[in-house]
Amino acid sequence: MNRFKRFLAFIVITILVVPALAACGGGASTPAPAASPASPAASPTGDTSKGTIKIVSSWPLTGQAEKVGTDSVKAVQMAIADHGGAAGGYAIVYEPMDDATAAKGAWDSAKESENANKAIADSDVMVYLGTFNSGAAKISIPILNQAGLAMISEANTWPGLTKKIEGMTDANEPDVYYPTGKRNYARVVPTDDLQGSLAAQWAKDLGAKKVYVLDDTELYGHGIALIFADAAKKLGLEVVGGPEGIDKKAPDYRALMTNIRSKAPDLIYFGGITENNAGKLAQDMRAAGMTDVKFMGPDGVFTEGFIDAAGSAAEGAYATFGGLPASQLTGKGADWYQRFKQQYNEDPEAYAVYAYEAASVALNAIDKAGTKDRVAILEAVRNTKDFNGLLGTWSFTDTGDTTLKTMSGNQVKDGKWEFVKTLELAGQ
Amino acid sequence: MSAFDLFIQTALFGLSNGFVLALIALGYTLVYGIVELINFAHGEVYMMGSFMALTVIAATGVTFSDGLLPRVLVILLALLAAMLFSGGLNFAIDRIAYRPLRNAPRLAPLITAIGMSFALQNVGIWWKGSRPVLFPSMLPSSDVLRDWLHIETNIAVSFPMFFVVLVTVPLLIGLTWFIRSTRLGKAMRATAQDREAAALMGIDVNRTIGLTFLLGGLMAGAAGLINGLYNNQVAYNMGFYAGLMAFTAAVLGGIGNLTGAVVGGIFLGLVTAFSDAYLSAQWTPAIVFAVLVLVIVFRPSGLFGEQVVGRA
Repeated sequence: MNRFKRFLAFIVITILVVPALAACGGGASTPAPAASPASPAASPTGDTSKGTIKIVSSWPLTGQAEKVGTDSVKAVQMAIADHGGAAGGYAIVYEPMDDATAAKGAWDSAKESENANKAIADSDVMVYLGTFNSGAAKISIPILNQAGLAMISEANTWPGLTKKIEGMTDANEPDVYYPTGKRNYARVVPTDDLQGSLAAQWAKDLGAKKVYVLDDTELYGHGIALIFADAAKKLGLEVVGGPEGIDKKAPDYRALMTNIRSKAPDLIYFGGITENNAGKLAQDMRAAGMTDVKFMGPDGVFTEGFIDAAGSAAEGAYATFGGLPASQLTGKGADWYQRFKQQYNEDPEAYAVYAYEAASVALNAIDKAGTKDRVAILEAVRNTKDFNGLLGTWSFTDTGDTTLKTMSGNQVKDGKWEFVKTLELAGQ
Repeated sequence: MSAFDLFIQTALFGLSNGFVLALIALGYTLVYGIVELINFAHGEVYMMGSFMALTVIAATGVTFSDGLLPRVLVILLALLAAMLFSGGLNFAIDRIAYRPLRNAPRLAPLITAIGMSFALQNVGIWWKGSRPVLFPSMLPSSDVLRDWLHIETNIAVSFPMFFVVLVTVPLLIGLTWFIRSTRLGKAMRATAQDREAAALMGIDVNRTIGLTFLLGGLMAGAAGLINGLYNNQVAYNMGFYAGLMAFTAAVLGGIGNLTGAVVGGIFLGLVTAFSDAYLSAQWTPAIVFAVLVLVIVFRPSGLFGEQVVGRA
């Protein structure tokens, strides 16, 4: 009898644990099958006489940013395949790393640091793509800096990573990230100072007079909220509250929204990301009776996840995005968008095209350097000039920022993000 | 909206969330009262309950546009399914992870509890994915005071808020009745007071403890459905935060004390809402735990004292 009970307990444990393991395994192995087209086994068409070079990427592949992450992996794989699977005489091996943990559901500092250390320890790794979150970049840039490894981000928009902006970035930024004093970081997206200002200008164009600013207390969200509030004031809008942080894990925001309603704003700006409960905020804002009030966020809410989480409350919400959505690209970009849709049978997340661009920059730099040397490749990356990519023709500045200055304004219509207009800074 | 209206409105929001917290807190306090174990997996049991409810609702295909009767039936069905599933799950957790360690040092079941919590979170990811999921709204959003009672007021009491109380109160009364007035309830109280003496009196202690886990799970399952219908969003990691808050509520009220858990839950709901509305939402978790620290410093056994289930 006792043996039977033990057996029973064993069966039940197995039933409980196996799906759990499957879930973990599933998360880790997602990129694996898709990785095959880019692996050297896929017989690169280019010259591979000199050996192999490894490119790694580090962004969330589990948690709420999972779709962005896996789409970006697909985009990098496409970039490598388009380049013939080789660059500079080397076969290119791509290894996507996950900087999120299932327990957290978002990027994790320990995981990011582990990824960066893994990359510098592997002498085949010549380029580090990522990160998705600016907070994660703060951790990996200094680690990679000491090894002189080039890092190209597809999505970091925190200005402080590369430049000093009075009243926004910390006093020791950006130097604190570059202990050797030599820059090793570049990014293909415009930064938040531009995005926040453009959002404020757009809010004014939409007829807003009183705005309430919320943020998710993270580096990215709070920073952009600060700039938005600042720019709004300069444009003559009244900031009736904030920037105020929210408790990003709270089950609801009804009390907060009721209080906001009593201040009668006509637009609520949320500096933050979908993962930090943006959907619930939009829901409770509508539920609190603010049906005519506009909801605007930065590119962090410009995700399908936001619409999934907010449901019908997402309708009419606005978001700025650091460039044109893939569907609005022309020329090379439009062609890529069609190919992605064909290959994967779905629309790519907005940042996927930036991941492709970052990977292309890396491959071009390897071509130019033509040697398996971190210093030479970093130099080539930083000297990227008049690069003709999916986003148009652009260059890296001395700080490692892109020269692109246009962004797009988008709105949720019938349950989908739709491009509304191109935003450009007025009078500058 | 006048200052007074805002105050009342905030209090009402606090109450609704507080009732959900109270239901979850009961699970902590029931289990602690009887085996002196903090069941860290309890928040996940609650999450699983809401996933079950969501699955049942999705499976029936009934949506908001269907008539009243099918919606009521589906909600009842989902409530039943969520409660039974969570209850059964909690029972199974006890059977698998805690019962074999009944006489082991205290730390051992605590560690398995944390292990269960992680395992269940992963099951949650496997089940509904790692992004927050929209829970379809099945309740009319009409206002109880204005639309139904025709009272002229600025205060909004939407039906979902009313629904929270409507479902929670009978559950609380039922639970109290069960523990106070049934033979099984008596057995639970006896086991809580003195496990060995209870065993000597012929009470099947293990079965009674299992029953306690079942009851706690039933409440968590109900909370899962209520929260889904009220907040319209569920996620695999919602159990962690809710569990932390509910555990705090249980400690605040005096862990092991049923009344304490309910009052603690409602109290925390109110503190959260007032902090959101009047202070900064950013500071809400800090304020909640500052309140906890203050209460514990001045009343180490919580607001209502550390009583065993029997004297609740």
